[in-house]
Amino acid sequence: MKRLGPGLIMALVAGFAFLYLPILALIAYSFNASRLVTVWGGFSTHWYGALMGNEPLLTAAWLSIRLAFVSATVATALGTLAALALARYGAFRGRTLFSGMVLAPLVMPEVITGLSLLLLFVSAQVERGFWTVTIAHATFSLGFACIVVQSRLAGFDRSLEEAARDLGATPVVTFWTVTLPLIWPAVAAAWMLAFTLSLDDLVIASFTTGPGATTLPMRLYSAVRLGVSPEINAACTIMIGAVALVVIAASLLLKRDQLAST
Amino acid sequence: MRTGSASARRLGRLVVAVPYLWLLLFFLAPFAIVLRMAFSDAATDLPPYAPHFQGFSQLGEFLAALDLENFRLLGDDALYWQSYLYSLRIAALTTLIALAIGYPLAYAMASAPRRWQGILLVLVILPFWTSFLIRVYAWIGILRPDGLLDMVLTGMGLTSEPLRLLNTEAAVLIGMVYSYLPFMVLPLFATLQKLDRSLLEAAADLGAPALTAFATVTLPLSIPGILAGSALVFIPAVGEFVIPDLLGGPDTVMIGKVLWSEFFSNRDWPLASAVAVVLLFVLVAPLALLQRARLTRGGAA
Repeated sequence: MKRLGPGLIMALVAGFAFLYLPILALIAYSFNASRLVTVWGGFSTHWYGALMGNEPLLTAAWLSIRLAFVSATVATALGTLAALALARYGAFRGRTLFSGMVLAPLVMPEVITGLSLLLLFVSAQVERGFWTVTIAHATFSLGFACIVVQSRLAGFDRSLEEAARDLGATPVVTFWTVTLPLIWPAVAAAWMLAFTLSLDDLVIASFTTGPGATTLPMRLYSAVRLGVSPEINAACTIMIGAVALVVIAASLLLKRDQLAST
Repeated sequence: MRTGSASARRLGRLVVAVPYLWLLLFFLAPFAIVLRMAFSDAATDLPPYAPHFQGFSQLGEFLAALDLENFRLLGDDALYWQSYLYSLRIAALTTLIALAIGYPLAYAMASAPRRWQGILLVLVILPFWTSFLIRVYAWIGILRPDGLLDMVLTGMGLTSEPLRLLNTEAAVLIGMVYSYLPFMVLPLFATLQKLDRSLLEAAADLGAPALTAFATVTLPLSIPGILAGSALVFIPAVGEFVIPDLLGGPDTVMIGKVLWSEFFSNRDWPLASAVAVVLLFVLVAPLALLQRARLTRGGAA
């Protein structure tokens, strides 16, 4: 095994310090008793208490969670189908257009996606709110979900599916009893990715939302524009903790999956 | 007994059709509407807007009714093309700085012992999974006058005055590089990790100093990763506006912000659509580049 030279260790330390110090500073200040950033007033959980009384923020958080749940589920179902279509049904008509449409939302500037979906909803005269944001989020997370599932399908032993088919299983039975159990860690990881993407999205949600459907990022955005406040630090810390838990769970799932497949 | 292949084919068609129709309806159709909207007159085509396309038999009248006014305005008014140029400039600088920071990081990660690599990878992805608003917000606390950076610098006796970084272009670049860094590191790491180390050993055996070996072996072989990472940073960075809005000042107006305010403040939907159409065209070149990088990397995402 090779040992890392001092230059490379420096690159690692500096890179990770850059990535983590801002987040750690934010977490530290959420426990600051003083309202001022420049003054450390001692350890306190005061701002977490204040947060619990912040009705609009909590309402927005609950809305965001429900929305992320539904859109992640739709995106994962569609993304898994799209991955199967690309991996199993190789040459269908319009495949280039299809893979282009799956991948384009990954790099598309969000203002364009948001604007175009809003114009669609207005043209169709759909009332905007929870469902329009859900559809928008499902559409742009679909590509991410598809890529995660596709990478699992690529390293997949197809002879298992063929064996099931030879033994008389219908395609649907084969999918539920062979394919899905084998790819499910990737499906779960895709769902979690879609869930956090939806929770995080500000721009597309702002375009496609309607009255009464203000998501957490939209609330945070208006709060952040007013300036730094310890209460928002506390809210952010809770979100960071929640995401860390989800990511650790996801990586454990994928790790077990890798161990199982080797 | 095997089920007939006819039912299997029908099922296959369904597997393709469901996501296909979804994307046609919610991804492609909206773009057609934006395109049509961009050629509309702001005065007559006010929201709520219904498409006027009457089918291909009326294609002539449809085309004749198209209005180029919005695009003329984009060309004439300095605000717009200056915002495009400024966005391209910020996105290019962001990409270069992210490459300068990301390459050594990815290289070190790929050179680390295998059992560390998984953990290092998760550590890079973790901030990417936390809300980007939170990460930008964290920088406000650091960069603002009397913020964390000023405290540290004055504490060390390096400066006596606040740096006043917040609301400058430097702050925007810091925030952008910070937010987009994982997009640069991940493809670079994937490319560098797959690199055949025996090539480097061969170079060393042939007497090449480490730096020469890097410049003649590692760097050329990692170009697909550099291209993919740069495209993944550059393209969304051009349309970015939340970061400049929060960290930048009045002089850091990117095109995404222009689109946003044309849409929400001025309620000029046709003009906002025209801004989006031009932005899309500006981005077609890097997208093609990304596609080429994808192909050369053998479809790895």
